[in-house]
Amino acid sequence: MVKTEIKLKGLTLKNPVMTASGTFGYGEEYADFVDLSELGGIIVKGTTLHHREGNPYPRMAETPMGMLNCVGLQNKGVDYFIETIYPRIKNYKTNVLVNVSGSNIDDYVTAAAKIDALENIPAIELNVSCPNVKQGGMAFGVTCSGIEQVTKAVREVYHKHLMVKLSPNVTNIAEIALAAEAAGADSVSLINTLLGMAIDAETRKPVLSMVTGGLSGACVKPVALRMVWQVSRAVKIPVIGLGGISSATDAIEFLLAGASAIEIGTANFIDPAISAKVAKGIVEYCEKHGVEDVNELVGGLII
Amino acid sequence: MKKIIDFEVIEKRSFPRAALLRLHCAQPLPAIRGGQFVQVRVDGCDKAYLRRPISIHDVDYQNNTIDLLIQEKHEGTKALCALPVGANVNVVLPLGNGFTMPEKGDNVLLVGGGIGIAPLLYFAKTICQDVPTCAPTFLLGGRSKDDLMLLDRFREVGEVAITTNDGSLGEAGFVTQHSLWNTKKINKIYACGPMPMMKAVAKLARERGLWCEVSLENQMACGIGACLCCVENTTEGNVCVCKEGPVFNIERLLW
Repeated sequence: MVKTEIKLKGLTLKNPVMTASGTFGYGEEYADFVDLSELGGIIVKGTTLHHREGNPYPRMAETPMGMLNCVGLQNKGVDYFIETIYPRIKNYKTNVLVNVSGSNIDDYVTAAAKIDALENIPAIELNVSCPNVKQGGMAFGVTCSGIEQVTKAVREVYHKHLMVKLSPNVTNIAEIALAAEAAGADSVSLINTLLGMAIDAETRKPVLSMVTGGLSGACVKPVALRMVWQVSRAVKIPVIGLGGISSATDAIEFLLAGASAIEIGTANFIDPAISAKVAKGIVEYCEKHGVEDVNELVGGLII
Repeated sequence: MKKIIDFEVIEKRSFPRAALLRLHCAQPLPAIRGGQFVQVRVDGCDKAYLRRPISIHDVDYQNNTIDLLIQEKHEGTKALCALPVGANVNVVLPLGNGFTMPEKGDNVLLVGGGIGIAPLLYFAKTICQDVPTCAPTFLLGGRSKDDLMLLDRFREVGEVAITTNDGSLGEAGFVTQHSLWNTKKINKIYACGPMPMMKAVAKLARERGLWCEVSLENQMACGIGACLCCVENTTEGNVCVCKEGPVFNIERLLW
């Protein structure tokens, strides 16, 4: 029996596989395809203090081995989540994490404090890296002082596992990760989407309503892997790796690069059952390679 | 229940810019409503990373087959239209809400434009089965006769009226200009086709106070309501076309 349990501060995952925010709805959308109890956790859609309509259509552009989106954190706000969605999902046999976003520090703090009170939510993923929101979002995540401010403020009101999701749209992601760590983050997850753009040459117009959007999918994997490696060498807190993971082999590569757990994002769109397959595939890899505990793989890169 | 099923192409008919694929699977099909759609994975095409949403043209529960009528639009649909008999196709189905079944006594008009004719056939068959007294009429429009495929299939299910922009088949003009609008008793309209056509049909329906549902095809990624990319701005704000639609009553739409 391969041991797959991953212990993070105040958060125990039965295996290293989680699903990335914004790609897995509230889990319910995938219930026909995946037994959620086979996952380490699910991270539900980005939630803000107030209702957000998101950006206008079109919000998506397909790119080589990936896609751009500019959804813009459409959600009905944290109170709606607590009253309507949480009761439906709180008894899932997996960890349910909430991705929390905001456009100013007070909003982050208020939303995080409300979620702190929810018994069955063991952690939040602080989204300081959404590239599709005009104010805030990524603005906090691209400077050390910004990430420090928001992390520190949320840390004061949030008492469970605080994961901070990092933006790749920075010069030195290790410095940003160190700032999050110093401000009290229990872990960092990376990468959020890479800022990109698509143009229709026939009409000379941008494809996306917001002109730019976040790039995700298999095409971003090498960038994500590199950043996970850089960050995991810089910080002492656990790193959660994501970005283009589409198979168990991809997931293993992130663990070897230093990630303690991983998230599956855009690949859920191509194969709605992929998350559970990756969890199984990691065990198969371990069996094949004589690895008794998945934790042995973390940072196991041989250079 | 939604399923991910490996199908095999067992029959194929090619048209100038489209193909009809009959897909067979070993397992029983899930229950499918008219107007629902599938998400087809496009294998071996590096220009198509995401699945392609395709409406369901016909279903045969006895033989475990579905028919997809696919228009070649970009690389992904071109690759699907090029699939040979014997090829495997991975499909997620059934997705979306489907059309609302009419009631006894309704006079139903099914309006299709271009490839938008595809989902109307199966929906009409389900009407004939569930509401036998309700004989649906099709009003199908295309730029020319080449756009209007498989008319025999539609004629087996109901009366077929046709318009083409160039007059090469049926009455010349747009679907909204067909003479049946002045001669036929209609109280329920179901429409699927290009946006300008559906807008024109919706306008006509509003002018005449007729009940009308349209099927939208906003660009999708996940197809199951997770990514929030395919939203339509409605009276209730932005909603996913893939999950809340693709079929909407025009009362909910802002156009």
